[in-house]
Amino acid sequence: MTATVPTVDLHTLGRSAVEDFLYREAALLDEWDLDGWFALFAEQLRYVVPCNDTPDGDPSQDLVLIDDNELRLRLRVERLNSRKAHREYPHSRTNHQIYNVVLGPVEDEQLSVTASFTVWRFRNGKSSYYVGRHHYRLVVERGELRIRSKRAVLDMTELRPAGDLAIIL
Amino acid sequence: MTLIDSPPTDRADATGFPLVDEDPAHHRFRVHRSTMTSPEIFRDELERIFKHCWLYVGHESEVTNPGDYVRRPIAGRPVFMVRGVKSGTVHVFHNTCTHRGAVVCRQRSGNAKVFQCFYHAWTFDSEGQLKGVPDREAYGEKLDFDALALKSVARVESYRGFVFACFDPDVEDLVDYLAGAREYLDLIIDSADGEMEIIKGTNEYCIEANWKLLCENSIDGYHAVSTHDTYFKYLVALGTDLQGGVKGTAKDLGNGHAVLEYAAPWGRPIAKWEPLFGEHAKDEITALRADLVAKHGEERASRMADTNRNMLIYPNLVVNDIMAVTVRTFMPLAPDRMDITAWEMAPRGEQPQLRQRRLDSFLTFLGPAGFATPDDVEALESCQQGFNSGGVEWNDISRGMAREQRGNDEGQMRTFWRRWQQQMGPSSYGEIR
Repeated sequence: MTATVPTVDLHTLGRSAVEDFLYREAALLDEWDLDGWFALFAEQLRYVVPCNDTPDGDPSQDLVLIDDNELRLRLRVERLNSRKAHREYPHSRTNHQIYNVVLGPVEDEQLSVTASFTVWRFRNGKSSYYVGRHHYRLVVERGELRIRSKRAVLDMTELRPAGDLAIIL
Repeated sequence: MTLIDSPPTDRADATGFPLVDEDPAHHRFRVHRSTMTSPEIFRDELERIFKHCWLYVGHESEVTNPGDYVRRPIAGRPVFMVRGVKSGTVHVFHNTCTHRGAVVCRQRSGNAKVFQCFYHAWTFDSEGQLKGVPDREAYGEKLDFDALALKSVARVESYRGFVFACFDPDVEDLVDYLAGAREYLDLIIDSADGEMEIIKGTNEYCIEANWKLLCENSIDGYHAVSTHDTYFKYLVALGTDLQGGVKGTAKDLGNGHAVLEYAAPWGRPIAKWEPLFGEHAKDEITALRADLVAKHGEERASRMADTNRNMLIYPNLVVNDIMAVTVRTFMPLAPDRMDITAWEMAPRGEQPQLRQRRLDSFLTFLGPAGFATPDDVEALESCQQGFNSGGVEWNDISRGMAREQRGNDEGQMRTFWRRWQQQMGPSSYGEIR
C-alpha cells in the first residue's frame, strides 16, 4: 500500500475540520504528550500570552507572560517533561475546553481562527481555571494543518485566581 | 517612626519565648514557624509593620501626564495615585468618597480631570478638592468643601521616581528610611541616564504562602542552583558559559533592607553580552559599557554593567537588577496567602532592539509563566504545606554565621528577621506550651 500524502486546502477547510484539529491539540495537552503537541506547530512558530491587564500587549514592546519562539517553546516543553519543573512535577491534571470556534479569512496562506477556551487545572487538592480566547494562525506544511502562531488572551482581570501559569494553555 | 531608633524589644512588655532566636556564640539563628502560620501574628503584622512602614505604590512614569492615574491596593487597601492637573504633584488618595464611602476611581488606569462618585455624583478634581455636590443648597451655607476633600494617605513621598506612601504621619522621611538602599536605586537609575520607566503589562499573581517566605526567597542565593536547574540548562542550551557560577556578597543596608550583589552567568541588557542576545548585539553592548565607563568611571560602571543585585526594601518591595530590572511588591492577605504585583523597568526611550532583548531576557527567568518564577512559587507553597505538618517548630537561618558572609549565605535574611522582631515588639514572643 502506498502512503497517501494528506492534503489540506485552507480555502475549503470547514469549521468542523478545524475543531477536530483543535480538539486533538487539547487532548495532547491533557495527556501531557507535549512532544506530540509541539509537533503540531509549523516552522517560525510563535506562542504568546499577554498579561491580564494588557490583552492587546505587543511582545516587542510590552511585558507579556509568554513570548515563545521555536527555541523557547522547545525548551519550555523539555522543562515540563523533566522532573525539575517543580511547579509542574507532579503534573497537574488539566482539561482544555475549546468552543465558540470562528474561522476568519485566509491571508498569506494563513487561516485565522479564534476560539474560546476554559482550561481547568487540578493539583494538590486545588482547582483553578484560565478563561479566554485563542487567536490562531494555521498554515499547511507538508500537506498537514499546522499552527504558525497561537495567542492566548486571558479574560480574567488578574492571574491571581489561578496563582501562576506554569502549564500550557 | 518611633520603632526605628528604639532599642531592641523590651522583654518586660513581652511574655513567652522569642520567636526570632539568635545565639551568635553557637552560630544559631532560628525563627519559629508560628511566624508563618499564626492568624494573631498576621493581624499584628498589619498593625505594627504595614501601618508604619513606607510602602511602594508605583512609579512616576505610570502617571506621566497631568490627570494620569492608576489604582493600587497597598496593604490590602484600595488607593489611587494621580498626577494633579494644576500642581503636577503625584498624590496618593484613599479610594473612597468622603460622603458615603463608594470608590471614586473605578477604572484601573486612565486620565481624568475629575473623579465623580457615581453614587450621589459628588465630584473631586485631580488634586482631591471637592468641586461639586448636587443639590448643594440642601446642605446650607456651612458645608466645608476643604474638609470633604479626598483623603490623602498620611505621607506620600517619592525617591527618583519611586512613589511610596505610609499610613503613619510620624514616619521618618523616605530618604532616611531607605538608608543604604538609596545608593542601589541610584545605581540602576544612573545606569539609564536617570530616566527609567515602567513597561506596559503587569504580572499579577498569587502565592498560597506567608509573605515573609517571599522576602527570604527574593534575597536567597542558596536556592538558585538547586531550585532553578532548568533555567541554567536553558542558558547552556543557548551557549552561555556557566563556569564562573554565581559569586558575590550580601549586605545589610539598614532598617531591614538587604542586598545580594554578585556575578552570574547570564547576560545583562546594560551591559553584559551573552549568546542569547545574538552576535549582532556584541558591538552595541560593548559601546553601552564604554559609555558607562566614560560617565561613571571603571569601578561604578563595572557594578552597573557586570554585577547583579537582588534587593529587598523592607518590608515588601523587591528591586532586582539581574537579567532585566524588575520591581515587585507583595501584600499579605492571610497567614498563608499573598498577592504579588511585578513590573519590568527599563530606560525611557530605549531603542527598540534593546527593548526587545530586555523583554526576552526578562521572560527567560521571570514572571509567573517564566522558566524560574513558577518553581519559586512551588517552593514557597511547599514550605507553607510543610509547616502545617507540625513536629518541627523552627526554621534554621544560620547559614554562614560560622564564616565570613557570602552571597549564598543567609545573613541578609537575618537582617530582615531582626528588623521584623524589633517592629513586632511584644508580638514577637510566643507562648510556652
